[in-house]
Amino acid sequence: MTGPAEIHVSGLTQVYRGAHGPVAALEDVSFAVPAGEFCAVIGPSGCGKTTLLHVLAGLLAPTSGSVAMPQAGHGRLATAVVFQGVSTFPWMTALQNVAYGLRVQGVPPAECRRSAEHHLARVGLSAFRDAYPAQLSEGMRQRVSIARAFATDPDVLLMDEPFGSLDEQTRLHLQDELLRLWEESRKTILFVTHGLDEAVRLADRVLVMTARPGRIKSEVPVPLGRPRGYREIRETPVYGALTARLWDELEGTLDVARS
Amino acid sequence: MSGRWADRALAVLSPLGFLAIWEACCRLGVLDPRFIPAPTTVLHTMAAMTRTGELPYHTFVSVRRIVFGFLLGAVPAVAVGLTMGLSRPVRAALMPLVSAVYPIPKIAVYPLIIFYLGIGEASKIGIVAVSIFFLVLLSTMAGVLAIDPAYFRIARAYRASAWSMFVTVALPGALPQIFTGLKLGMGFALIVIVGAELLGSTSGIGYLIWRSYQIFDINAMFAGLLVTAILGWVATAGLDWLEHRALPWKPS
Repeated sequence: MTGPAEIHVSGLTQVYRGAHGPVAALEDVSFAVPAGEFCAVIGPSGCGKTTLLHVLAGLLAPTSGSVAMPQAGHGRLATAVVFQGVSTFPWMTALQNVAYGLRVQGVPPAECRRSAEHHLARVGLSAFRDAYPAQLSEGMRQRVSIARAFATDPDVLLMDEPFGSLDEQTRLHLQDELLRLWEESRKTILFVTHGLDEAVRLADRVLVMTARPGRIKSEVPVPLGRPRGYREIRETPVYGALTARLWDELEGTLDVARS
Repeated sequence: MSGRWADRALAVLSPLGFLAIWEACCRLGVLDPRFIPAPTTVLHTMAAMTRTGELPYHTFVSVRRIVFGFLLGAVPAVAVGLTMGLSRPVRAALMPLVSAVYPIPKIAVYPLIIFYLGIGEASKIGIVAVSIFFLVLLSTMAGVLAIDPAYFRIARAYRASAWSMFVTVALPGALPQIFTGLKLGMGFALIVIVGAELLGSTSGIGYLIWRSYQIFDINAMFAGLLVTAILGWVATAGLDWLEHRALPWKPS
């Protein structure tokens, strides 16, 4: 886990124009994520987690500060994003959705198709290749979205509360699948979530953000072994101590905001 | 399922019932057949006019004008509508022009179109194209503007080019509203072409109706009206079918 930094953010400040003047979403955010790390970001709602992810994805230009991400290669993307909520195109089949990232990179159709079929199989949706998102459950749609991200074979995966709108059981299943995919590929992942349990279960390290304007308040390493079975980790004392600590950290961010 | 069958049965029964009542009124002397011929009389007239080749000829001429005019108007309208929907500067530049020209009754522009394009086929096709252009353009643009920004965000996150964005997000996302525009446009095309043929033409359904009026052939007038109604119905059914094929992802 001590490879060269894949993501390097320093002094990032993000300000946008609000109805009543400029609003700072992020203030002096600095952190690095080494190659192959699964890094979670938690924080109170409205703290700028999604803004941070959009800056890293290149969807927003930073107001100030610097962001270093891996460079895109020929026909290959440096980053792939899994969004929360609406994350698949309703007018494309599951297979077309998974192939999308490759298709817009100009990968030949036959190659797109082969790769999309492979990645759809890896999330267990081969039988639904020709189904449209309206015919799939929310959990299946997020699987499609994850398969699309992995299909582009990026250096970094950016995930914005991808399981936020799922029921508890589906969320746990998808966490398992994500961990399995990650352990096979060891991509660098930045995973934004509001779930303490989710952060602890998935990540090597958790970054805690303050309330708006978002800053990195602390970094909490997760010294749990892998694989992390849902029951097993809950029975370890470290798990309880970690979630308690993260809870305290998050409560602290609110005290700061209130004072 | 039974609800859908009931809908279909009603859709067939209601016009048939209307025709039956109409027929009965003529036979019972409630309606004067010199002014309003019975449906069976109209059908006989249509059959006779079909045998002479007169009715198929005029129908064919009108349909050809509508089809060419429709394509000539709709294709650029979709292209411009998509561009206006995607690009704020283009929208800002063109919107005042569109808003100003859109409400002009297109039949009022017809003399000008004849002046430019002559009395022949070009002016007929031209008036159809002009009259549906703005309708399809506005519904296409509205369709693009109604697309959830989340879809554009996905495309941008995957570094889609402007052209990819056009083809993979804007066009399929706006397609439901484009079809709404095309269906409205089809109705307009029929209104306008028949109107144009009434005014200055020597062929087409509109001409047939006008000439029949001039010689007081009421039966032939009704035949022309009935053909127009059938054309409208066939065109709508055709567009519905096309819409169903083009939007397989839309839950019906």
